[in-house]
Amino acid sequence: MQEAVVEALEHWPTDGIPDKPGAWLLTTARRKALDRLRRKAKYQEKLSLLVGSRPQEIRGEGDDRLQLIFTCCHPALSREAQVALTLRAVIGLTTSEIARAFLTNEATIAQRIVRAKRKIVEAGIPYRVPPPEEMADRLGQVLAVLYLTFNEGFLASGGALPERRELAEDALWLTSLLVRLMPGEPEAIGLLALMRLHLSRAQTRFDASGGIVLLKDQDRSRWDHAAINEARQLIEQVARLGRPGPYQVQASIAAVHAQAPSWVETNWLEILIFYDSLLAFWPTPVVRLNRAIALFHVAGPIPALEEVDRLVADLDDYHLFHATRAQFLRALDRNQEAREADARALELATNPAERALIEHRLGDL
Amino acid sequence: MKYMLSFIEEGSPDQVPEAKRNETYARIGEWWTDLAQKGKITEGHQLQPPHTATTVKVNGGKAVVTDGPFSESKETVGGFGIVNVANLDEAIAIAKTWPGVGVFNRKVEIRPVIEREGM
Repeated sequence: MQEAVVEALEHWPTDGIPDKPGAWLLTTARRKALDRLRRKAKYQEKLSLLVGSRPQEIRGEGDDRLQLIFTCCHPALSREAQVALTLRAVIGLTTSEIARAFLTNEATIAQRIVRAKRKIVEAGIPYRVPPPEEMADRLGQVLAVLYLTFNEGFLASGGALPERRELAEDALWLTSLLVRLMPGEPEAIGLLALMRLHLSRAQTRFDASGGIVLLKDQDRSRWDHAAINEARQLIEQVARLGRPGPYQVQASIAAVHAQAPSWVETNWLEILIFYDSLLAFWPTPVVRLNRAIALFHVAGPIPALEEVDRLVADLDDYHLFHATRAQFLRALDRNQEAREADARALELATNPAERALIEHRLGDL
Repeated sequence: MKYMLSFIEEGSPDQVPEAKRNETYARIGEWWTDLAQKGKITEGHQLQPPHTATTVKVNGGKAVVTDGPFSESKETVGGFGIVNVANLDEAIAIAKTWPGVGVFNRKVEIRPVIEREGM
């Protein structure tokens, strides 16, 4: 058992990096794109071997990538380690690429991976696809890793570093692989639809100078409507399985936004109802904050502000809590308090584009 | 592989109503018996409460004996068991079924035991 794990760890992809260490830093975008194609081709080659086999064979011992994904995302590893291991072992990124994507240094990522590999071996984390009775929990871990990775890349998708932009595409690619390997899992399909809906708007999220363009100001004619329709079909298909979950609900929310002809014609009541069902799965302060925004559009700033003010103990360190509060306060003409809330948001925000947006708002008042 | 399950407690079981407490103790007893018969648990003990603990350390070559558990934390070790299973997942599955997790709000720490030849 342990030999199998060690062997798997030793055979991780090592050819994602050029021969000369550090040389990849100098590669052109074209070279980078070729590397990426080659990397994907390798998995597609393996994938083509699987197409002929029956689903139960894919589900079983046969596919080592599924075992690898579940081992990398084992709950006995920290979330940071799960993410780093998955990017390294399953997607084949180098430690320096992972470090750049997460804006940290290579030594930190390398150490995180070494420690995680050691824990896998020493603590006896099995190299396998979990049995059915553990599947719901374990698949949830995998999806959380994929979504976190996607979001890390997506927020930065207009930023200066291509590694960050590509991270979202890598997460999307791995999610679609997971859906092909586990076709009966509605939440994996829900996450795939959610990512596709987010990416369908990617081209309109930043202006020419890299500033954030808010959803209400985006040019909807430039959204990828073919991708939106595909994602909506996925959501409808998966709903027929009758096993709802948090990713399917979030995809439904994104779909309501994607099909609204304009910001003012958005069906906020539908969005509010979806947030209520999301709260049933994830009763977290961040979901309540997002629900409050829908409430703002349905019922106005007074109940919305009351709702966010209940979250202060949990979210005082979260920049979007203060930015959202500022928005509600401005709608009530409480401009001085709105300014203070935006100033607090600016103190806490780290993404440069988000900072620029808040600075711009502070300048307008 | 062998793992030590440490049953971590905070606060007294007396906070649980007596009938519920006794029922839980009975279920914990069955849990031990069942796993011992299957050969999954090879040894283990429940410990007396933390106020019975004594800690020994050496300061500048001199042994110092103090009253109380080694840790200042409110969480203490209430007992331990050694399980002999295939892998961490099996140890986790066993820990999840320990009846005290649900009733006394206890935690279980799982750590692999270092196994040496001849031991």
